[in-house]
Amino acid sequence: MRLLRELGIIGLSVSLGLGVGAIITAATGHSVPAVFRELALGAFSDVYRFANTLMRATPILFTSLSFLIAFRAGLFNIGAEGQLFIGGFFAAWAGFTFSLPPVLHLVVCLLFGAAVGGLWGFIPGWLRARRGANEFVTTMMLSYVAILLTQWFVSPGGPFHGGRMAARTVRIESTAELPRLLAGTQLSWGLLIAFIVALLVWYFLFRTPRGYELRAVGQRETAAEYGGVNVARTQILAMVLAGVLAGLGGAAEILGIHRGFTVGFSPGYGWDGIAGGLIARAHPIGAVFAALLMGALRAGGAGVDRAGVAPRDLVEVLQGLVILFVVAPELFRLVGRWRLRRRAHGRAQS
Amino acid sequence: MNERERSVRGEAVRMEGIVKRFPGVTANAGIDLSLNYGEVHGLLGENGAGKTVLMSVLYGLYRPSEGQIYLEGNPVSIDSPAVAIRAGIGMVHQHFMLVPRLTVADNMVVGWETSRGPFLDRKRIRKRIKELSEQYGLEVDPDSAVEELSVGEQQRVEILKALYRGAEVLILDEPTATLPEQEVEAFFTTIRAMRDEGKAMVFITHKLREALTICDRVTVLRKGEKVGTVPTTDATEAQLAEMMVGREVVFEVQRDRVASEGRPLLQVEGLSAVDDRNVPAVEGVDLTVHDHEILGVAGVQGNGQTELVEAICGLRSAVQGHVMLNGEAVTGSSPRKMAEAGLVHIPEDRHRRGLVLNFSVAENAILGRQYEAPFAIGHVGQSKRAIAGYARELVERFSVVVPGVRTPARALSGGNQQRVILARELDRKPKVIVAAQPTRGLDVAGIEFVWEQLLAMRREGAGILLVSMDLDELMTLADRLVVMYQGKLVGEHRPGETDKQQIGLLMLGGAVETS
Ligand SMILES: Nc1ncnc2c1ncn2[C@@H]1O[C@H](COP(=O)(O)OP(=O)(O)OP(=O)(O)O)[C@@H](O)[C@H]1O
Ligand SMILES: [Mg+2]
Repeated sequence: MRLLRELGIIGLSVSLGLGVGAIITAATGHSVPAVFRELALGAFSDVYRFANTLMRATPILFTSLSFLIAFRAGLFNIGAEGQLFIGGFFAAWAGFTFSLPPVLHLVVCLLFGAAVGGLWGFIPGWLRARRGANEFVTTMMLSYVAILLTQWFVSPGGPFHGGRMAARTVRIESTAELPRLLAGTQLSWGLLIAFIVALLVWYFLFRTPRGYELRAVGQRETAAEYGGVNVARTQILAMVLAGVLAGLGGAAEILGIHRGFTVGFSPGYGWDGIAGGLIARAHPIGAVFAALLMGALRAGGAGVDRAGVAPRDLVEVLQGLVILFVVAPELFRLVGRWRLRRRAHGRAQS
Repeated sequence: MNERERSVRGEAVRMEGIVKRFPGVTANAGIDLSLNYGEVHGLLGENGAGKTVLMSVLYGLYRPSEGQIYLEGNPVSIDSPAVAIRAGIGMVHQHFMLVPRLTVADNMVVGWETSRGPFLDRKRIRKRIKELSEQYGLEVDPDSAVEELSVGEQQRVEILKALYRGAEVLILDEPTATLPEQEVEAFFTTIRAMRDEGKAMVFITHKLREALTICDRVTVLRKGEKVGTVPTTDATEAQLAEMMVGREVVFEVQRDRVASEGRPLLQVEGLSAVDDRNVPAVEGVDLTVHDHEILGVAGVQGNGQTELVEAICGLRSAVQGHVMLNGEAVTGSSPRKMAEAGLVHIPEDRHRRGLVLNFSVAENAILGRQYEAPFAIGHVGQSKRAIAGYARELVERFSVVVPGVRTPARALSGGNQQRVILARELDRKPKVIVAAQPTRGLDVAGIEFVWEQLLAMRREGAGILLVSMDLDELMTLADRLVVMYQGKLVGEHRPGETDKQQIGLLMLGGAVETS
């Protein structure tokens, strides 16, 4: 019932976004049918294009889960992009530094990415829980730190530069590679890992005592405290898990697709996760569908670009519109919630 | 406005055949209600009878599934509170909705005046507040922050807010539930002043005596249906009670005098604590609760009881002093440790502490025990079945009115929310119970039930710290009685040996008599 209604609302929002997009397309002198045809073809027309959609959905699913698990604890993880970068880099580092037997090596690399991502979540979580620092700001700042740090690592002159001109590391050992799921595409086993992780997140949130406590903290801190929940520890846990999820996403992306860390590996997957998590109404299973929608938009956009029927900028406007329309209702709720929290927070400090 | 003018203005509101259905419940099943200008109209009924829902329909918070509302004879559709306010309808909720950090004056206009233009004429606002407070005896300082006000003052602000926005019809949902008896009279004076001005008021209460005192007519609801409307001139408490529950009510609590063995269960020594604004709220409190004993703490809300209770239960750090449970020092222990040591806490604020409103009744039933078997399966699992089964058992035993245990706690009526908390906490077989305002918002049967439960716990040996502002409750239950005033405990009394008046005086800071 509720699911159907939510899906209906989302369908309507997507159509609205596309409708407004169509008007803008026409107004800027481009062919509406051609653009929309390429958009659909780019995402779904054959196995390879659909694989492209799935490939792009994979990291978005990770970052959506990252956003929503923090959100369920009443926290905002705005720094998934940086966690993705730092996780990706250290996965690659473990991939070209260690020599280990095949499966083990891969697992170690994934764990490395997850762990460093987790560290990147732990810091803002700790600052929030123990020092009251606003995680909205700290995750964002740490995100830039991660991006700039990894960029410097791999740029010419940096300690881990391994390309010729390109800013990237050397290639990881083949034992660390996440195999392709479909020959001839870039789709890797990362997708299946993402699905399994989504299920695990669902199980954690709704079927374990810790998940219960995490949700209670997000709903009403004071009531959770009354119910014997250690609020500070739970907030830290939520942020660590958020970092782990995004870091794992970065690792899967690097090990499965690029096979070496390169600075251009994310067109903003971390940011897409915010939209994804909100579209999913912070539900892990909803996030699977949200990520598919976002992946399709990204893949379709690439199709329009390739076909040359409209410039890249217009494609991005189209993507942005759809996301905006889908997220808008949730965004209003979110802003309200945030303002409320700031008010309560200010009160506690005065 | 005199009698004649009042009647000329005639009927303010007529609700006809109001039906409101929620999934699994019909909260209102075809209710008619007529409200006149210059009338105080009581709305009575057991917990969950549909009082709040009916008034929420009038205030535009819910749309009725069926039925029609008329304002001064004209059919209207009230889609939102904004529409209601514009139509001259105001509501003071069971739980206040003020912004604590803002001043009284700012609270008047927030979300209202601010939406009518970018500039505020503060001088004019303040002048208008002054006028209204003088006219109706609603004394408050427009420039003090709401968080610094007592509950009684906050209530005055809520009423002022409604009046400021031009309310001619005023809905008051259990306004006296948070007021100490001594302030009720002043509150009634305000109500009478508003009635004489010709305002129409709906007054929801569980206290029949109050209804008979202040109301002109009362309407009784039962299980979503209207039982009838009667003028108070020829109604009695017994008659109203019978209308409410459908049978005669005998209200009598058996008090046996099982002697305490004098074993101290809860000892508090020199406890001091500060409130959320870091202002000292509890100053050097000593108290001891023994086995088989109920120690009552009387006091007007806002005299440090909240902070005292929280400091005892591990929800607030003590600045000074010790808490001992069963002879062991537990000062500063976490709420979870306290619970494991055998102390349960019935919090005064059910929305802030007692419940996670968006969680289901089942999820709320295990709050505080989420990590215990059989609800938790180690760290890695949760038994939905065990949780639901347990919740169903509690709902049954404490007669909580709820369509199912998967219903969110938010959807329960105020009294039924309180029952969920009581059921959960009392079922833990505690050694020590810290109960703050445990019967607030309960109907007569509910109060009786809770009193019996507390007495049964006492009989079995528990020590109970009962914080209440209801003197009748304290006089009935407590073995010993102390009064809390401005962070300190004053005097100790035995209910049999002191009279209510004397305690009431102490609550208001009257001279401490040495007895
Ligand atoms: N939003 C909602 N969703 C579902 N059910 C609801 C909702 N609000 C109220 N109900 C149900 O409607 C019934 C009437 O509730 P209402 O709050 O009007 O009771 P009440 O008479 O005010 O009781 P109390 O004295 O306890 O405050 C209850 O059974 C309640 O569970
Ligand atoms: Mg009610």
